[in-house]
Amino acid sequence: MSNRTWYGKGIKDGIPIALGYFAVSFALGITAKEAGITPLQAGCMSALMLASAGQFATINVIAASGTLLQMAFTTLIVNLRYILMSSSMSQKLDKNISFLHRLFLPCFVTDEIFGIASGVEGRLNPFYNYGAATVAVPGWTLGTILGTAVGEILPDRLVTALGVALYGMFLAVIIPGARKNRVIAVLVVVSMLSSYLFSILPVLRSISSSMRIIILTIVIAAVASFVRPIETDADQAGNTAKEGEV
Amino acid sequence: MYSYILYLAVAAGTLYLIRMLPLSLIRKDIKNKYIRSFLYYVPFVTLAVMTVPAIFYATGSIISGIAGFATGLILAFFDGNLFRVALGSCLAVLLTEWILSLAGYL
Repeated sequence: MSNRTWYGKGIKDGIPIALGYFAVSFALGITAKEAGITPLQAGCMSALMLASAGQFATINVIAASGTLLQMAFTTLIVNLRYILMSSSMSQKLDKNISFLHRLFLPCFVTDEIFGIASGVEGRLNPFYNYGAATVAVPGWTLGTILGTAVGEILPDRLVTALGVALYGMFLAVIIPGARKNRVIAVLVVVSMLSSYLFSILPVLRSISSSMRIIILTIVIAAVASFVRPIETDADQAGNTAKEGEV
Repeated sequence: MYSYILYLAVAAGTLYLIRMLPLSLIRKDIKNKYIRSFLYYVPFVTLAVMTVPAIFYATGSIISGIAGFATGLILAFFDGNLFRVALGSCLAVLLTEWILSLAGYL
């Protein structure tokens, strides 16, 4: 496939992301407004960061007049999962791309773009991510600006319902993989159950959701890699293990 | 207390480094099968963990959250198209909340 085809495919798959982003960033804008941040400032933050929980944390530090060290540390902790995502993406990525892509591509490593990029067959062409970002970034940024400027214009219920689009996309990425491969099916069920248990059990529920995501991802993926390591190169090239194309 | 721009520069700079370093440092295919398998499994685990339980509490009521989750699961299993799964989950939430509000529960 040409770069152009990949880019077009990215735009198409990026549309539901843009829709969900608009709703979530609208809510983010309302929070920003309460912290005394202007629509323009909030829009800049969204365009530069593209991180929901990460931006909520940033706004909190600003609202509390924290130090710059606190800001850096909080950002690191809340966004630690992106280290795992970028590492995983480094293996999925076409190896023949120029180094500049490795500096530009990270601007758009969000949970959702990572999700759909993990779902493509075979090796990943960075233009797929750029296509998704072309629609997702304006959705995220405009939603934030509008939320900050006119937060009360949309009914709450519509905003929250649209936000579910993002979780729907996560399911659309992992469930087809689970259907094709029993190891992944078990992995998905175990991950969801553990995450739910972590959120309700005493002591464990006091762990923040961003820490929970990192701890469970490392533990469950590590156990799975020892119990069911992937043997062949063909399996590893695409995320659709059994089809093993490329 | 610092200026907004300084706060934003530190936050955005830290975030960029977190995302950029693994992608620019790991340029080859990892040969170790355990590390390779680990990175292959990461997206499935992390996306599953991010979806549950967050989706249950993302809407106006836990009932509509569960409806959105169940609809997403079924559509993803039989269809798998990103846009249709995402839209179907949203519609399920809106429909459930509409019924709940008609019944006086919301």
